Amino acid sequence: MNELRNRQVISSLLEIIAHKTATLSNLPIRIMEVCGTHTMSIHRHGLRPLLEERGIEMLSGPGCPVCITPDAYHEAAIKLVSTNSNIILATFGDMTRVPTRVGSLQTAIPAAGSQVKIVYSPIESLNLAKAHPEQEVVFFGVGFETTIPSIALCVKKAKEERLSNYSLLSALWIIPPPLRAIVSSQDTKIDAFLYPGHVSAIIGEAPYQFLADEFNIPGAITGFEPADILLAISSLLDLIKKGRAEVINEYRRVVAPQGNPQALQIMAEMLVEKDAFWRGLGYIPQSGLKLKDNYQEYDAEIKFSLEISPEETHLPGCRCGEVLRGKISPSSCPLFGQACTPASPQGPCMVSFEGACLAFYKYDYQN
Amino acid sequence: MCLGIPAKITELHSNKQGKVDYLGTKVQVDFSLVDEVKINDWVIVHAGFAIAKLNETEAQETMALLREYAQFVSTIDKSKKQNE
Ligand code: SF4
Repeated sequence: MNELRNRQVISSLLEIIAHKTATLSNLPIRIMEVCGTHTMSIHRHGLRPLLEERGIEMLSGPGCPVCITPDAYHEAAIKLVSTNSNIILATFGDMTRVPTRVGSLQTAIPAAGSQVKIVYSPIESLNLAKAHPEQEVVFFGVGFETTIPSIALCVKKAKEERLSNYSLLSALWIIPPPLRAIVSSQDTKIDAFLYPGHVSAIIGEAPYQFLADEFNIPGAITGFEPADILLAISSLLDLIKKGRAEVINEYRRVVAPQGNPQALQIMAEMLVEKDAFWRGLGYIPQSGLKLKDNYQEYDAEIKFSLEISPEETHLPGCRCGEVLRGKISPSSCPLFGQACTPASPQGPCMVSFEGACLAFYKYDYQN
Repeated sequence: MCLGIPAKITELHSNKQGKVDYLGTKVQVDFSLVDEVKINDWVIVHAGFAIAKLNETEAQETMALLREYAQFVSTIDKSKKQNE
């Protein structure tokens, strides 16, 4: 599959894109890449300026789960581990570095016998619970549809194995609702979407159809190699030219039209939708998931009576919220590259490997 | 976070656990979310779980399409040069 990064292929695709935009009025064409992994890939392969020269402006979207999780969740996790003894708070690495008003999980001082543990897979958190029956293991699970089935499956296994010292602090978000919120707000002009490849591997094509039907915006599901991204953009330009809004799938090698039935089944069995608060976007109806009532004993919010009331908080000056809506580019934030760097991030968008600020900093920022 | 890597299955156990080879490294993977996988199949691995199977036919089609594009552009280039 080396073709997907082959220079000749990339330059051919760029040439085709230039041909197509040359016939369009209304430039620049603005395309939102919803997913943070797309953002990273676009920057890493230097596609952004190349596309800009050809009349296409790429906007980063809300597709970085670490970035959109409000501070209140982190603050609750910090409080949990610093005021309760014998807790193992397990979470993904990026989550430990998000700065809040009360510090980060990395700087938190755990209570006696408690600790914060970085895991790569939710399975590891389950194994921790088995290995440490005398401690409470709380998995601070964050993710979109890509990760949610795996997290849910761990809770299911915990119940099957009657593990009573395991629970989930859930920061689970679903992708289609914020897209509705973004286009409805009319904050930014968006001509087309690149839909996230691995979220789509789970949910399939249908959940994006409303953007075509109700908002007349075309979109393409695509993979993460440069050729995948350019191929999708090329197909989107055809749709724009014809004035047709459709959902197309350029990642059929991974994404089946109906998604992943087993994964969807696990989600439906264990989780219910709830209104949820997104950083930068506020409350969005039915945009988050929580465990169903019959799994309540595994819900850390209930088990430890956590009070999480999210609001729009950020360290002074951080404009992550606007970055996540595609309203400003990271370099328009006055702290970018100054007070805010990967070594001392002032907001989650500079922490996460998928954060737009980090992507800009790593690949486009010259001192 | 939604990073998924394509990897080849090298071991499969009855409890839906197994291993994949990713660039020469053997990685432990849970296969509960995909069905009918067998040794040597390619899957997308995300956070320790296989979340999708790689469809070989579709992959070949994308490659063929890309080769066609490259071909197409090189013919445009040639005719441009001839016109100059
Ligand atoms: S550069 Fe830093 S401070 Fe500015 S929006 Fe991004 S994360 Fe926030």
